[in-house]
Amino acid sequence: MPEHTFRLNGEQVTVDAADDERLLWVLRDILGVTGPKYGCGINVCKACTSHLNGRAANPCAIPVGDLRPSDEVTTIEGLPATVGADLHPMQEAWLDQDVAQCGYCQPGQIMAAVALVRRVKEEGRSVTEADLDGIRNICRCGTYPRIREAIRAGAENM
Amino acid sequence: MTGTDRSARQGAGPAPLARRRFLGYVLAAPTLTAAAELVSAPGARADIPSPEITELIDLNDVMTAAALPTSGLITVEVNKDGTVSFALPRAEVGQGITTSTAMLIAEELDVPLERVRVTLADARPELLFNQLTGGSNTTFSTYTPIRIAAAIARSRLLQVAAADWGAPVGELALKAGVVTGPGNRRADIGTLSERAASVRTEQVAVDLKRREQFTVIGKPHGRVDALAAVTGRKKFTLDLDVPDAMPTMVCRPPTINGKVGSVSNLPSIRSMPGVTDVVVVSTGVAVRAATFGRCIDAVRALKVSWRAGSAEGKSDDVVLEELRAAELPLGLPPLTPCVEGRFTFRFRSNSALEPNCAIADVRPDRAEIWSSLKAPIVAREAIAAKLGLPLRSVTVHVTEGGGSFGRKLFFDAALEAVEVSRKIGKPVRLMWHRADDSRQGRTHPMAISRALIAYLGNTVLSYTQRHTSVSTDLGHGLGEIFTALAARLPVGDIGFSELFFQLSQSMPYNFGSNSRLLSETDKGFNTGSMRNVYSPDVTCTRELLIDQIAARMGKDPYRFRHDFLRDDRSRAVLDKVAEVGNWGRSMPAGTAQGIAFHSEYHAASAVLVELDCRPQTVDRPIRDGVAGPRVTRAVIAVDVGLAVNPRGLEAQMMGCLMDGIALTLTSSLHLRDGHFLEASWDNYFYTRQWNTPPELKVVIMPTGTGEPGGAGELGVAASMAAVACAYGRATGAMPTDFPINHGTLSFTPKPTVPPVPASPTDGLNHVR
Repeated sequence: MPEHTFRLNGEQVTVDAADDERLLWVLRDILGVTGPKYGCGINVCKACTSHLNGRAANPCAIPVGDLRPSDEVTTIEGLPATVGADLHPMQEAWLDQDVAQCGYCQPGQIMAAVALVRRVKEEGRSVTEADLDGIRNICRCGTYPRIREAIRAGAENM
Repeated sequence: MTGTDRSARQGAGPAPLARRRFLGYVLAAPTLTAAAELVSAPGARADIPSPEITELIDLNDVMTAAALPTSGLITVEVNKDGTVSFALPRAEVGQGITTSTAMLIAEELDVPLERVRVTLADARPELLFNQLTGGSNTTFSTYTPIRIAAAIARSRLLQVAAADWGAPVGELALKAGVVTGPGNRRADIGTLSERAASVRTEQVAVDLKRREQFTVIGKPHGRVDALAAVTGRKKFTLDLDVPDAMPTMVCRPPTINGKVGSVSNLPSIRSMPGVTDVVVVSTGVAVRAATFGRCIDAVRALKVSWRAGSAEGKSDDVVLEELRAAELPLGLPPLTPCVEGRFTFRFRSNSALEPNCAIADVRPDRAEIWSSLKAPIVAREAIAAKLGLPLRSVTVHVTEGGGSFGRKLFFDAALEAVEVSRKIGKPVRLMWHRADDSRQGRTHPMAISRALIAYLGNTVLSYTQRHTSVSTDLGHGLGEIFTALAARLPVGDIGFSELFFQLSQSMPYNFGSNSRLLSETDKGFNTGSMRNVYSPDVTCTRELLIDQIAARMGKDPYRFRHDFLRDDRSRAVLDKVAEVGNWGRSMPAGTAQGIAFHSEYHAASAVLVELDCRPQTVDRPIRDGVAGPRVTRAVIAVDVGLAVNPRGLEAQMMGCLMDGIALTLTSSLHLRDGHFLEASWDNYFYTRQWNTPPELKVVIMPTGTGEPGGAGELGVAASMAAVACAYGRATGAMPTDFPINHGTLSFTPKPTVPPVPASPTDGLNHVR
């Protein structure tokens, strides 16, 4: 089985896996990193949303062979380290709003929210209603209104 | 120590004359373990003279009453480290019952909430019916027993500290987990636990706090598992580390419940990289492999010839004809004016975001199962029967669930995992692919509801409703409950579904004589109740016709409801949404308000929405999704009696609203040639951010009854109905087919062979 190396939550990791093994299963089934969830396997529910080099990416659609050794994969487990704190401001906002219900989609929601705020800040603007409408992560518990509130609050502290 | 303690509450103020005492136990255990019988205080409300069955006894009463003679004990344990443990015999699937339960214990035991550890109990057959999570019944049935156990623990801790210090119990206090006494003496409850324990089981009596003494119950609190959820540390079934339980998936038939004929390439699949086992099972061909990625590839590569399923050749239109044929008559046409309507409600999926899944480790002489199960006793009994093992050799662990919406009342994945594990002799971590969950998973049955309201002048004379549905599978334990109680209920000899229907539906309006009947047909589908069961469809029908009759009488829809509602509690929630939502304000053409009411679970709810049906909104472009009319504003008012955790209740109402929006506007399954077309979340249009109301207000009414009612499903029916009513008012045409977009297929169906779609490879192109 081929060897693949990439950076995961700040550390270099090497795994034996087929080139076309999707990153989601490398993370969950080989490395035991279970924060990213399976919800569809075809990149439509966004429950597995993580970061690739700081941007939102969906591991269910990325063959591990596509990763370079320098690529930095960040899952929800590694998010706080990106700000050097116990919790990322977006996670704090999530707690303040008590967003989660069952919680299954929430790691993906938070990772998507952080990437969104980073993107709009790079564009020199703040989060709009249209940005929030454009979030594709599904939440079957229907926590959407609290997600919107949390993103607005979290953005203030990012 | 004596069995009773009358002094434990002296510090809390004078005792009322007729204080209600409760009996519980201190169990023989190394550390303090207090227990109570899991029974419910409120009995059937037989005092209200009314033709309504639901006022004599409703579903919640049935579920709690069922447990009375047989239920076992629940226990609150004080640990040496000062934490308090409680194993809740219910399933947490997002509804917040671990939090509200911890709040009950923190309240009565006077410990900080952070010290209370609520876990989910394994299947406990000795609890008989009383380990079923459903019918929004958890808080209703556990509110008193959990508090009794906690209060007994508190009382014992005070007694042992008093004995240690040689002081009267009345001079001691227990606050924030610390007992204090004369001379500034202090002891953490953890240090008292061993000595407060009992060497033999004793029955004791305690008082419970009065409502005005509450400092935790009724105050908004964040979820106890919130930190675990936002850090990714919360463990769901598929996240558990069970040795050698390797990923397992099943290659499923192209039509509903099809069966394997033969497999032509078993050897080549078995030799695929990473694959450890391939075996034919009753539901398809199971594949166990090193990763789920390898499972998906193997499932797609299998060459299977399939035999017919249980809905072979059927499409929506065929089922609609079956329903029409099964409709019960409305009776003789009234001699007075009337409004009448017939509404169609399409198949809908109760798929949660966590797909059906289970871990099973079956050995020749025993079996161990992990799964999120709302009826774990029934699951354990069924698994033991399937394996031919004694019940004691089967252990069923209840895991935290990633949503339920009715799905986790069943244990399809657990049964399947057990079958696979036994056949291959190895542990399995079984997961349904989303496509399987959507196409072969349980659905809320298609139904038509027909109703007639007869009136004369300003008086409503009668209300008649005939609800006709594809059969709903209620075989998850409710059936046993009803068997036990049917003879005691004033409803005669009717089936389980009809009984459930009668118990869950009520007539909150002064509509003269009323009659509601359920008729079911076609058992060929995998069905189950979806959140709020029959009520969304039944209530939507009623509320739409109420808008019609109000128009006939020349009355405002809100005013009509206000005038005809039967009790003040109901009127209060309706008035609240009208007030907060500014009912009757001027709205642009193509937009409108809608208002609706629903009562159930000894609780009342009203919803007001504003809906934008203008073309520029309906036709706004959404990639791989449905735009449609947008709810721009929503107000929900609920009276659940006593809200243990208002913040959690608000969250539940938010979710109910999202469900209601989806039910009216966007979400349904299309049946074609014996299978459902929808295979994933880009086909099944549950509410998304672009459908979410930008403005939402939830109002929780002050407690009136002082006792909690049901809440988890309460808001779905009125939400669905309010959106439907708003749609009718905005477009000028009453909708009759739900969801309103069912007639337009908004996606390209995925193939059924192979049964699951290929895993995409273009993820790097979509990084943003």
